[in-house]
Amino acid sequence: MSRSAIGYIALLAFGLAAPFFIYPVLVMKVLCFALFACAFNLLLGYTGLLSFGHAVFLGTAGYVTGHALKVWELPTLVGLLAGAGAAAVLGWVIGSLAIRRQGIYFAMVTLALAQMMFFFFLQASFTGGEDGLQGIPRGTLFGIDLADDMNLYYLVLAIFAASFWLIQRVIHSPFGQILKAIRENEPRAISLGYDVAKYKLLAFVLSAGLAGLAGATKALVFKFATLSDAHWHTSGEVVLMTLLGGMGTVFGPLVGASVIVTLQNELADKVGSLVTVIMGAIFVVCVLAFRRGIVGESLALYRRMIGQKP
Amino acid sequence: MSEIFGIPIQAFMGQLMLGLVNGSFYAMLSLGLAVIFGMLNIINFAHGALYMVGAFMAWLGLTYLDIGYWQALLLAPLCVGVFGVLIERTMLQWLYKLDHLYGLLLTFGLALVLEGLFINIFGVSGQPYSIPDELSGAFNLGFMFLPKYRAWVIVSSLGVCFATWYVIEKTQLGAYLRAATENPKLTQAFGINVPLMVMLTYGFGAALAGFAGVLAAPAIQVSPLMGSNLIIVVFAVVVIGGMGSILGSILTGIGLGVIEGLTKVFWPEASATVVFIIMAIVLMIRPAGLFGRET
Repeated sequence: MSRSAIGYIALLAFGLAAPFFIYPVLVMKVLCFALFACAFNLLLGYTGLLSFGHAVFLGTAGYVTGHALKVWELPTLVGLLAGAGAAAVLGWVIGSLAIRRQGIYFAMVTLALAQMMFFFFLQASFTGGEDGLQGIPRGTLFGIDLADDMNLYYLVLAIFAASFWLIQRVIHSPFGQILKAIRENEPRAISLGYDVAKYKLLAFVLSAGLAGLAGATKALVFKFATLSDAHWHTSGEVVLMTLLGGMGTVFGPLVGASVIVTLQNELADKVGSLVTVIMGAIFVVCVLAFRRGIVGESLALYRRMIGQKP
Repeated sequence: MSEIFGIPIQAFMGQLMLGLVNGSFYAMLSLGLAVIFGMLNIINFAHGALYMVGAFMAWLGLTYLDIGYWQALLLAPLCVGVFGVLIERTMLQWLYKLDHLYGLLLTFGLALVLEGLFINIFGVSGQPYSIPDELSGAFNLGFMFLPKYRAWVIVSSLGVCFATWYVIEKTQLGAYLRAATENPKLTQAFGINVPLMVMLTYGFGAALAGFAGVLAAPAIQVSPLMGSNLIIVVFAVVVIGGMGSILGSILTGIGLGVIEGLTKVFWPEASATVVFIIMAIVLMIRPAGLFGRET
């Protein structure tokens, strides 16, 4: 059995046991943001596209799922899929506009379009404006009552594990290799005959859909969908999680999301609004001294220790 | 003539003027972004925060040190500029060889730090800053009243914008600057101190944001959130105009401000999103931006 397989099994075992010694809602929050960050990493880490408006997919899916479950009273599973689907469709629209520009402009376009959707959500009636959408029923799945946190936990874990597996499959597939080729040298990928725009768009839609699944799950966990999920602050948070964990690494986003969510949870009632300052400071330190992130730096250190050239 | 397109001319002209005022801010900020991007290859996300710091400097000066508006108009940009130089020396200068995105991420972090600090000290509610006596009141133009302060904002910001354009395009210093933007290594080989120019460029861009902040202080309330709300619109302005041309960013800024103001008259619900919608349309028709030249 390979080392990475042991790693996966250990991680899964930890995931299965976690709710017995950690507050399940906190672990679920970590898993939602970890999925969000993994989806984002597919774009930033493996395709080299910095989307600065990814929160819009998290927020949109939350609203759609909430609306589907609360107003249309659809089954939970359908609601989750509707949320992810809506985010993927929105991802197709935003993605096809944004890929018309490269590099830093791409980041600005995604940020601006996400802000546009934010204003739309602020004014639209189905979102409940600043109050958000509250009292979303969790419903049942195959006869299991999801109102119970423990039951819901294992659903959230299953969603995360399945998505994580899917992302790994994508990264190691021929499609994923082409994405990496685009990241490393776009003109070369074009000259090899790849329709780069099509691959970028597909990666964007996939990432948006998975970010949407994270948002839909989050709405189910907290039973509400709020405007702050679609705010650019949240877009910044997912960038920070990926950067801190290590962009372009498999486990980086998971580590980054765990650290940031735990940190926010611990600090929120101690330092109040200084949390933003701390998040900003982590950003600055990461960019200046720590660009490979926790996982990336640990891997580099490990390789140095066993005497391998990085 | 008291109506135009079924709107009372007073309200129409009022919104037009407000649009011009907003457009002046867009122009000054996108100009600063373009100048900084040209020299440093960094998109300065902290630009909105520096604008906010400029406004707060003016407010703090007036509240605690009894420094009036006119002195603040000079001192606050100077302080923000020095602050910018410090940021460049301590942080940004290590990023020039890296991918552009790290500059964006670092300045984003800085913006969070600044915004968070000011929220922590002053809260999120706005602080009023009164219009200086010389500029209070309004001109009676016969068909409308033009508040003096709005006229002053438009005139002074256009003055600053065109002075910047003149320095960059028509003077010796500007020629060095353009040379350093085009080919830093070669320019340095001719004995021009490029790192110094890069540092001063960032300082100047920051000072421009600070100046816009002081101008904005009496026009809107001084609040820690005033910068981040603005900067995203300015990003859209930059995408629409492209950063290749100085005059282009000034014209785009003012034009979009006016369009936004007029949207407020005819379709108020869309006024917050109209700039983004125009950006989407421009991306579809002319992806490089109106004045853009993209490689």
